[in-house]
Amino acid sequence: MAYYNEKIETLPKLELEKLQYQELKVLVDRLYANSAFYHDRMKAAGVLPSDIKSISDITKLPFMRKTDLRDNYPDKLVCCSKEDLVRYHVSSGTTGKPTVVAYTKNDLDTWSEAVARSLVSCGLGRGDVLQVAYGYGLFTGGLGLHYGGEKLGATVIPASTGNSERQIELIQDLQTTAIACTPSYFVHLIDVAKKIGVDIAKDTKLRTAILGAEPWSESMRRYIHEQSGVTAHNIFGTSEISGPMFTDCQELNGMHISGDIAYTEIIDPETGESLPAGEKGELTMTILTKEAIPMIRYRIGDITSIFPGDCPCGRTSPRIDRLQGRVDDMLVIRGINVFPSAVEHALLRVPELTSHFMLEVFRNGPLDDMLVKVELKPDAMTDSINGLIGLQSRVERTLRDTLNVSAKVELCPPNSLPRFEGKAKRVIDTRVF
Amino acid sequence: MTNSKYFIKQLSIFSENKSGKLAAIAKIFHESQVNIHAFSIAEANSFGVVRAIVDKPDVAFAAFSKENYALQYTDVLGVKMADVPGGLFEVASTLGNIGINIEYAYAFRTGEFGTLIVKVSNSEEAVDKILAAGLELVPATDYNF
Repeated sequence: MAYYNEKIETLPKLELEKLQYQELKVLVDRLYANSAFYHDRMKAAGVLPSDIKSISDITKLPFMRKTDLRDNYPDKLVCCSKEDLVRYHVSSGTTGKPTVVAYTKNDLDTWSEAVARSLVSCGLGRGDVLQVAYGYGLFTGGLGLHYGGEKLGATVIPASTGNSERQIELIQDLQTTAIACTPSYFVHLIDVAKKIGVDIAKDTKLRTAILGAEPWSESMRRYIHEQSGVTAHNIFGTSEISGPMFTDCQELNGMHISGDIAYTEIIDPETGESLPAGEKGELTMTILTKEAIPMIRYRIGDITSIFPGDCPCGRTSPRIDRLQGRVDDMLVIRGINVFPSAVEHALLRVPELTSHFMLEVFRNGPLDDMLVKVELKPDAMTDSINGLIGLQSRVERTLRDTLNVSAKVELCPPNSLPRFEGKAKRVIDTRVF
Repeated sequence: MTNSKYFIKQLSIFSENKSGKLAAIAKIFHESQVNIHAFSIAEANSFGVVRAIVDKPDVAFAAFSKENYALQYTDVLGVKMADVPGGLFEVASTLGNIGINIEYAYAFRTGEFGTLIVKVSNSEEAVDKILAAGLELVPATDYNF
């Protein structure tokens, strides 16, 4: 099976543009008529639905940002009847206030369709056994791959994260052929397998890995292949556009963004101008048929470029390069997005601490570790060691609850952390991807 | 009320668990001309608490505050011990028998006898019990001036 949906995936470019235009037109008409948020935004930008006469007119529409989701928390952006919502996902936001994404049944179908197409492009089909070792829950990774895999007709193992020896046991006993997880976790699994005497290349049927949710590199792709015989594919997506959706195909040369689902632009983050293929800029996406919370020209914040030229696989959708960085200070820790501003916000809730902190991110073996150094207020001192350790654990709990990822906390004396004049540099990231 | 004369003012100073930190603390005592009678370090995770009995706790408190240290006064009791084999046993078993739970303790010697510094949960009540059991407490004025 070369394609999941051959007609649409190989649609000639002009026809694809026509389809994109039709979808955008329907979307814009609906939003202008039914949503106060989008209506006001378009009015403020001086654009009417009638100004959209071709897909390239999309650049007339105003951008959306993560702050729009935060400011309209939890559900003010929902553009359908609440009864039509079938799921929520929640991710951590920029200031500790979470970002909520809602889905209708059609939204879930579109998301699953995108994942199913991607899995086929990685060489998967019916009969494959897909072990989903992304987190299940509010994070979109687990359920996203799960439903995509089932839609394709693969056999899905909802392993979720953690318990590495158990993961290896499942890979062996259930004859897993493909795994989806973060790249660092897969490298960790290779190490664990070796430790317990399992050679992934010889002792298992695992041949494909779908890796994403955190930055990684071509050298890691080679390392994984050398160490395990597994071909690693890159997957892209964020909760705002639904979740993980798009992978590189078997050519391993860029992630195909299905054109009927998403319209991709690369813009200059300073001026907002669209950039031509080949040039690096901020990834911006419009999800053309989204019902619950439509995203129009959503500035994802990742830096990448669109590959010029066609892919030999025959898919006509544009391909984007690996993510090259961020336009903001967002960090990805064990696959979870972390904003330093959210750390600051969480720490403000602990009255024993000053507002100064430092965030150190490093690799502990293949996995990420985050250390947050915080400052004790002078009057919060106690003679009780248990009291101080209790404070440390309370801060760790507060951070984990806000960020959805665990961090170690180090208590520091008052006035011992750096003070900044001008822009604070509170993050020290020593990871090499 | 009279029991408070046995409450020795101990300084508890927050410190990072890093080389050179004890020297930095000792330097502040030195420069403020405060003499240390007894002293201990308790360490946990990445930090430590330095506990000290000094002659001029208020002078030391001001000096450390000026250098942005987090510190606190804690009331502790000084139980006299005979400086002979069995001295600690006598004190510890008596405290155990009268049901006093020691949160932490450290000891030192001045002149002819040893002193066991103890932190207990209720100092007021502990003083009555300790004296009733026939042990001797060191008045705070012997250390804090």
